[in-house]
Amino acid sequence: MIPAQIVNIAYVIAAVLFIFDLKWMSHPRTAVRGNMAGALGMALAIVVTLLSEQWDWRYMTVAAAVGALIGAVAALRVQMTSMPEMVALFNGFGGAASVLVAGSALIAAYAALGEAPPAAQDLQMKVATVLSALIGSVTFFGSYVAFGKLAEFLAVKWKLYAWQKAIKFSFSTIVAAGAIYYGVTAGVMPHGAGSTEGMLGIGIALCGALIGGILLRKSARFPGMDALKGLSALATVGAGVWVVLDPVNQVLFWGLVAIAGVLGVVLTLSIGGADMPVVIALLNSYSGLAAAATGFVLNNNVLIISGSLVGASGIILTQIMCKAMNRSLANVLFGTMGPTGDTPDADEVYKSVKSTSAEEIAMLLDDVQRVVIVPGYGMAVAQAQHTVRNLAQLLEAKDILVEYAIHPVAGRMPGHMNVLLAEADVEYDKLREMDAINPEMEQVDVCIVLGANDVVNPVAKTDPQSPIAGMPIIDVDQARTVIVIKRSLSPGFAGIPNPLFAADNALMFFNDGKKAIQAIIDAVKESD
Amino acid sequence: MEIFVTAMTIFVLAVFVGFEIITKVPPTLHTPLMSGSNAISGITIVGALVLAGSMDSSPLAKIIAAIAVMFATINVVGGFLVTHRMLAMFKKK
Repeated sequence: MIPAQIVNIAYVIAAVLFIFDLKWMSHPRTAVRGNMAGALGMALAIVVTLLSEQWDWRYMTVAAAVGALIGAVAALRVQMTSMPEMVALFNGFGGAASVLVAGSALIAAYAALGEAPPAAQDLQMKVATVLSALIGSVTFFGSYVAFGKLAEFLAVKWKLYAWQKAIKFSFSTIVAAGAIYYGVTAGVMPHGAGSTEGMLGIGIALCGALIGGILLRKSARFPGMDALKGLSALATVGAGVWVVLDPVNQVLFWGLVAIAGVLGVVLTLSIGGADMPVVIALLNSYSGLAAAATGFVLNNNVLIISGSLVGASGIILTQIMCKAMNRSLANVLFGTMGPTGDTPDADEVYKSVKSTSAEEIAMLLDDVQRVVIVPGYGMAVAQAQHTVRNLAQLLEAKDILVEYAIHPVAGRMPGHMNVLLAEADVEYDKLREMDAINPEMEQVDVCIVLGANDVVNPVAKTDPQSPIAGMPIIDVDQARTVIVIKRSLSPGFAGIPNPLFAADNALMFFNDGKKAIQAIIDAVKESD
Repeated sequence: MEIFVTAMTIFVLAVFVGFEIITKVPPTLHTPLMSGSNAISGITIVGALVLAGSMDSSPLAKIIAAIAVMFATINVVGGFLVTHRMLAMFKKK
């Protein structure tokens, strides 16, 4: 048995290691070391906890073994293009863990005694339990929705793969059935439908059915959705206050979790693909705050410190993403994005579009000095990062300077493009940030836009009425020639036409991203 | 009350430390930052272990906490591993 003081000192060391983890993330050279420091801190915290008392090992060892196996398999097998889904899912697990710890602590502290312990012990625990459950539940259900939207099986009209159907239907069934079962057996049956617990039980069942039902729908919006957002937010706050007043009531606690779950679902469901970076960053922050709240429940400093570090990290990323779209967080969460009344007609904008071929592009690339590639989500979808790297190497062999311009919100999560290009062995010093590359755009001979649209739309600068007005863009239109690789002229997420495609210096190459780049590679090789 | 004030002090100071160090993370590492901080938020495992292993709490409390242990372990193991996998790919000329 380690005495409590030593345990607490070990916790401080773990917290310091976490701080070093994040500090060393400031440079790719030190980041690997940082991650190892974090893992070491975690191992230390777990080991001293296990050595601090006599434990009933049965439950925890099984659970930890299962969790470690799932985590390891997921981490080693996930594709880099699927990173956003994985992070969304893991955020959700963090939220779920916080809810369950709070629930277990509540049962252990109150239900076992059958009454509230001395009043001093205490308001902090009650409030923290409520926050832990509330934030945790919003995080869990919100993250599931984000995961489902990223993996494209929630709120979509097209046909699903078998695994997508399996997840979608089993999640809905488990949530609905579990809530109805719990509501009836813990609320209605022992206390009668008319009692407070009975009503709460019915409420839990309804929330579960509502969540399950909403998640089966094929569209992201439904009539009364905004009303439901407001209503569930109010009900969540109300239930939270009620739990603080009556913490012994377990049915009430799970009622809070259920209604917060509804809130998490409706808040996230209507958010579209290009806004996902904001949402994932926000949920990341919530999972940290939930952990910090759990720290307040258990009076555990290492939880408080780690949780607030993660919370701060998520908030900063959220801010960066919002700024990169020139939108407020409220606008992302509650607003709608779409063409306004003044949006010019696409046919009018696109009447002078010039289409090109791989051979023409190869000729163009024959006598240039500087090429910039602007990747977007389309590169991830087409899994084109390796092909892009091959093209870059081919051009570099001809003494052409090839760089990549990365918009902060390109892709579906912060830094998504950078990871994909790193996977394809592109050195990170060739990846240029928007603010660094924009002043040099005029000296660029050829700019290749691959699967990006709104982030290169000059309308953001020229039309103050546009939905993307004021959004910082990569100034590809300043380059001597712009080649846009795209399947069709369909609009991007904002739903507005892009006059760049019809600009005098722009050429459209209509093709799938990967095939297009491969065709250019072949044509360049042939022309040699 | 005293405990709460101490906890709150720690919380506020840690948030500031977080803001200070994370603003220095370059955009190129934002994805590993997210998966890495995700792993750190798996620290709830410490709380979950205490509750799941407690000798004197009810089986229900232990089972609920054990499920929390599972989720938190997924976060910890998966988070640090996948972050390592990603960071190992970042290379310089």
